[in-house]
Amino acid sequence: MLLPILLALPFAAALILLVAPRVGRNFAAGVVACAALAGMGVLAWMAPAMIDGEVLRFNVEWLPLLGLAFSLRIDGFAWMFAAIVLGIGALVVLYARWYLAEDDPPRRFFGLLALFMGAMLGITIAGNLLLLVVFWEMTSVSSFLLIGFWNHRADARLGARMALTITGAGGLCLLAGVLLIGNIVGSYELDAVLAAGDVIRTDPLYLSALILVLLGAFTKSAQFPLHFWLPHAMAAPTPVSAYLHSATMVKAGVFLLGRMHPALAGSDEWFWIVTSVGLSTMVIGAALAIVQQDLKGLLAYSTISHLGLITLLFGLDTQLAVVAAVFHILNHATFKASLFMAAGIIDHETGTRDFRKLNGLWRYMPITGALAVVASLSMAGVPLLNGFLSKEMFLAETLAIAHPPMDWLVPAFALLGAMFAVAYSARFVHDVFFNGEPECPAGIPHEPPRFMRVPVEVLVIVCLAVGIAPQYTVAPLLEIGARGVLQGPLPEYTLALWHGLNLPLVFSVIALVAGVALYYVLQRGKALHRRDDRPLAKLGFDATLERVIALSRRITAAMENGSLQRYLLLFILSVLVLGSAPFLAAPSAPAPASSLAPHPLAILVWVLAIAGVIAVLRWHRQRVVAVILIGAVGLAVSLSFVLLSAPDLALTQLLVEMISVILLLMALRWLPQVGAPEPATAIRWVHAAVAVACGVGTTALVYAVLSRPTQSVSEYYLRSAVPEAGGANAVNVIIVDFRAFDTLGEIAVYAIAALIIHAMLKGASSAVLPAHATPGPHRTSLLLQISTQVLLPLAIAMSLYLFLRGHNAPGGGFIAALVLAVALILQYMAAGVRWSEKRIASDWHAWIGWGLLAALATGLGSFAFGYPFLTSSTPYVAIPAIGAVPLASAMGFDAGVYMVVLGASMLMVSMLARLKSERGAA
Amino acid sequence: MELLLASAIGVLMAAGVYLVLRARSFDLILGLTLISYAVNLCIFAMGRLAPGKPPVIRDGAALTLAQHADPLPQALVLTAIVISFAMTALLLVIALRARSGSGSDHVDGREPGDQA
Repeated sequence: MLLPILLALPFAAALILLVAPRVGRNFAAGVVACAALAGMGVLAWMAPAMIDGEVLRFNVEWLPLLGLAFSLRIDGFAWMFAAIVLGIGALVVLYARWYLAEDDPPRRFFGLLALFMGAMLGITIAGNLLLLVVFWEMTSVSSFLLIGFWNHRADARLGARMALTITGAGGLCLLAGVLLIGNIVGSYELDAVLAAGDVIRTDPLYLSALILVLLGAFTKSAQFPLHFWLPHAMAAPTPVSAYLHSATMVKAGVFLLGRMHPALAGSDEWFWIVTSVGLSTMVIGAALAIVQQDLKGLLAYSTISHLGLITLLFGLDTQLAVVAAVFHILNHATFKASLFMAAGIIDHETGTRDFRKLNGLWRYMPITGALAVVASLSMAGVPLLNGFLSKEMFLAETLAIAHPPMDWLVPAFALLGAMFAVAYSARFVHDVFFNGEPECPAGIPHEPPRFMRVPVEVLVIVCLAVGIAPQYTVAPLLEIGARGVLQGPLPEYTLALWHGLNLPLVFSVIALVAGVALYYVLQRGKALHRRDDRPLAKLGFDATLERVIALSRRITAAMENGSLQRYLLLFILSVLVLGSAPFLAAPSAPAPASSLAPHPLAILVWVLAIAGVIAVLRWHRQRVVAVILIGAVGLAVSLSFVLLSAPDLALTQLLVEMISVILLLMALRWLPQVGAPEPATAIRWVHAAVAVACGVGTTALVYAVLSRPTQSVSEYYLRSAVPEAGGANAVNVIIVDFRAFDTLGEIAVYAIAALIIHAMLKGASSAVLPAHATPGPHRTSLLLQISTQVLLPLAIAMSLYLFLRGHNAPGGGFIAALVLAVALILQYMAAGVRWSEKRIASDWHAWIGWGLLAALATGLGSFAFGYPFLTSSTPYVAIPAIGAVPLASAMGFDAGVYMVVLGASMLMVSMLARLKSERGAA
Repeated sequence: MELLLASAIGVLMAAGVYLVLRARSFDLILGLTLISYAVNLCIFAMGRLAPGKPPVIRDGAALTLAQHADPLPQALVLTAIVISFAMTALLLVIALRARSGSGSDHVDGREPGDQA
């Protein structure tokens, strides 16, 4: 139970800051610091278990179908990392309290910091790879927001965007890699993945998975050639740089290398990729660090270089290298965070971070200066400081490599990198605190507020303590952490200041002397101040981004030119391609199973349909004619339902056809009755070709299905129609009983469509809708008027009859309602809307509403008897002349259907009809 | 018989697609109507063709698909017919309003050649 609490603490802090009514700097910093300290307490509570090498777990299913579980897992490595996240986090919060200016919003800053802290903790203790990716993305997003914290500054916005582009893309690669690993292993749980190293390494997909995961790690940890986002992220407030971009987020990449080490490492591919990337990053980063003009820029490139060093160590195939890597993670976090904080103090007190203006600060801020000097000596790898110890271990490991040519290449470049590191450290010390007089925009500099320095002091003391007496300070922590990575016993090693006179020590001495000499040569006469530090990588990034954006603009412009016709064509074409692909892939067509001989009537209906369609195409611009013709096609469809044993469908189709023809004709009063002629362009032929292809494809598809045997679930419906639902008409039984929930949705859709039509036409008057046809004098056909008046009662009776018998014979709510609707519409046409509506109840909204309620109520009624929603019961009542009528609750449901369909159909038609009458009155 | 139905569906679909690709809203509605005929027939046909065997249970007929047409696609198509009518009506009204708003019954809301 401790794990979820640990994870929840930072998020809770963020939530408190979100909802608190007023947030000052003290309050905000206090809340986040408390969360971090409480988290440290939880970690301390877990310490005994970690010393014993236990793994603590917490598991909740989240989306089991996707393999995503909310599982948390903490082992030594995760524990150590969580301690860095929370410990440095607490110090950074304290520091930021003093760093932040009066007008910087503390709620946003500390809230985001807490959010990031939670996300970072999540990465360390996630027990499921998918969950890890979720937190991974969360750090990218919170980092984006923190880099862009001063969003009025263009460099902050650009830096934030660049960081998000690179790390976000890396996150997507990681997701893909994780999916591949999950596919190989069969589980996303970390325990299963870590135990399946051999399976993963022998899988054919191993290389792809490896490269994708490494891309995720390398982007996050700013490895060459994807390193350039980190220097630009220095536009962030300095506490953010100290926290995210030196101690934690950029370490997420190397954390991932360590985490996945048992699963992915140990192959040649791993060795070559990781080692060479790490090596080049280390050397290039260190070399670029020397020539920066920005204090934080130097630190950023130095961070890149150190991350390269750690990556290189993870790439080597000895266990001792892993120990060294873990050790350097710890050491780098302490000295680099303190250096960033010192840089922030300098920036804060002098108003600049430019080496060319910052000189000779030792006289004005001696304490800060002393702290920074000690930390940079650690960065350079000077004895008595922690940086020296891990650098010694690193050099020893590079000398132990067995792969030629890496056995001499890596040590040589490691020496070069170490030399550069000494040179940039020397520059940091010399150029800032000595080398002339400061030219500060903020007046004469002085020491910062007392508490702003405390975090730096704490970290520097840690550097010293670890550097002087490693076996008494860091040894147990390192052991726990390294054991967590290796998932087993550790190799023999000793942490000590003095290992005797050996090759690594010689290397260190050479690096120190040569590094100082290199700096001296480069800096003669302040030569470094005149160097151009324009970052080449940024130019490349910008150019690439520009090209990508230009390309997508071109594609967008080509696809999306504002013509709906064209979109539709593209859409249909893609459907065509998708649909024909399987046909072309499997062209074998088995002989038709059984073929029915064509019925002579069927041929007649076929001819009617085809002739109708051709006529519609021929006269589609003569719109009144086209409507009549399309009615004929609908009639043919209805007839084919008759021929193919679907009486319900035939009736429905026939009735709907009548109403829609009437509706279309009514609408034609407000549309041009003759369509505009089209220019005879080639595109029409393209359309025709696409249309023919669609037709051929559909025919092939339908014929392919029809000529193959079927296996239907429908016998179930036939067997249980009478015993379970008490109806002989299986179609109606399915509609109102077995699949009544579908029907409920469908009548709701129907009702909504009618209401939308009502809403759209309600305010519209003839002024809005200029008519296209001038009506002739209004002639009332007496014959029609009289006959409809006679017909209406008959139609009502017919409708009721169809409704009541619908459960056992063709009929039912849909059909019965449509019959009545047709009769009523006829009445409207004969006598006019006003005349009719005066005499016929016409509040069609109420019909829709009551109908939906009735359908719902019968469904809910079954709850009262302890059955699930929409279960029907079936007592029968005998009514003379109609026969046994099921008094099933399904009847109530069907009544609801009836009311909705009648109400909605009438509402649609009467809205259009009323438009006409308004105009007539005007 | 199968080929007859399949070809009819194909012709309806082809004509529907061609009309849907026209530039005028009314042609589009006609095309959609034809396409919905085709689609409804197609779904219906998925239950296979069984002339003379309506899915109404009669005395003496075994409760198998050999004796009855498949009721399930019929139930699906019945509601689909009604809903495609609602869709036609809705599109019609949208076309009316679009024309009153833009003064053109072109689907893009302006006559070709006009620059909006």
